[in-house]
Amino acid sequence: MKDNDAAGLLSVGRAIRWAIWILIAGVVWIFLSRVPAGSMAQTGPSPNPREGFSAPDFTLDLLGGGKVTLSDLRGKPVVLNIWATWCPPCRKEMPAIENVYRSYKELGLVVIGLNLTSQDSEQAVSDFVQELELTFPIALDRDGSVGDRYRPPGLPTTYFIDDQGVIQSVVVGGPMSEAMIQSRVEALFQEEQ
Amino acid sequence: MYPYLRVGPYLLQLSGLALLAGVWIGITLIEKEVARLEMDAGKITNTIFYGLIAGLIGARLGYALQFLPVYLSNPLSLFSLDMNTLSPELGTLIGLIVAFVVGQRYKLSMRPTLDALAPGLAVFMIALGAAHILNGNAYGAPAFLPWSVFLWADYRHPSQIYETVGAIGIFLVAMRRPFGSQGAGLNFLFVVAASAVARIFLEAFRGDSVIWPGGFRAAQVIGLLVLIISILLINSWGKSTGSTNPYNENQKAEI
Repeated sequence: MKDNDAAGLLSVGRAIRWAIWILIAGVVWIFLSRVPAGSMAQTGPSPNPREGFSAPDFTLDLLGGGKVTLSDLRGKPVVLNIWATWCPPCRKEMPAIENVYRSYKELGLVVIGLNLTSQDSEQAVSDFVQELELTFPIALDRDGSVGDRYRPPGLPTTYFIDDQGVIQSVVVGGPMSEAMIQSRVEALFQEEQ
Repeated sequence: MYPYLRVGPYLLQLSGLALLAGVWIGITLIEKEVARLEMDAGKITNTIFYGLIAGLIGARLGYALQFLPVYLSNPLSLFSLDMNTLSPELGTLIGLIVAFVVGQRYKLSMRPTLDALAPGLAVFMIALGAAHILNGNAYGAPAFLPWSVFLWADYRHPSQIYETVGAIGIFLVAMRRPFGSQGAGLNFLFVVAASAVARIFLEAFRGDSVIWPGGFRAAQVIGLLVLIISILLINSWGKSTGSTNPYNENQKAEI
């Protein structure tokens, strides 16, 4: 080591004196910056497609008839999987999603496969769903408006939404393993309790 | 924010790459510091390597423990390459324990070794801030200020930038080794204490803090405890100053 390293910028005694003053200021700052009870600043009240925020609402037609409105599903955990038939990882993870749906639907889990139909074809979606014998509802985003609102960074993107409509986790990319989907769903049910 | 890089069928999150770059640059700086302090580079590199591997395995096992029935029914999932199924907290804990045990087996003196690690820790904190800038996590509380950023449907404090600038400041001071060789371990304690101070003051601008009863932000309280422990250790370790080079393993100067 070089000799001029020996002293350094700070002496220990002076550093401790400074540190104690900073400590006192820190205690005061922690007290002043407490979050008032009932403050919404921490909860992110506005709908936003990310963790900790309310999932943006939508109403879409379902493949095979009927409609689904996300906000109507409050009280139930929801897995929202955004996909397209031309996306290989989306296709690959569908059987795992279906297995998890079958295991948990009796407990109240809702799975929605949100197809970006504006970039896809309804016939291809229908053929794919029949081929894999998918039983969870497939929502059709025909005009791309829901896709624009969620702006998934990549396909597939999956949102795990708790019974209060708050997104608990987002998984970008795939294919997701069955264990991973199952663990996220378990976390949603734990949250519910 | 939250950019991804598509490589074939894979989507790589750039924030993850920032963290990897932080680990790589950190290890490079640690190796330089080890050479400067005339310590045994092989032993320290091995200790870091075992700690990282154990941390990775521990992170997966920690995640699996949280969802034990899921993994018992599908044990092969333990070997999945999925980075979403890791427990960073448990991984860090196990990595540190294993690194400590390996360091003991190599008879590395703890305090000089910590000093060698200090630049690596400081650079990793910068990488963490950069990762937050890239993925939009650790976002700020809503605020209308001339320097607010529009993020997640609101104008907010650019808390990720505060965090990164603070970490750069700490790194620049840490690279000047603020305590010189007044006592082994002090330069590492500087990085820890300064990071705790940054957390205490900057956490107030965050919009995603974990809140404890009474409205106290958990990270601030933990930061305060870390700062107190650091001050006590600086006081204790600063009293023992040997005439030999405490970093040279051959001199075996136990501090």
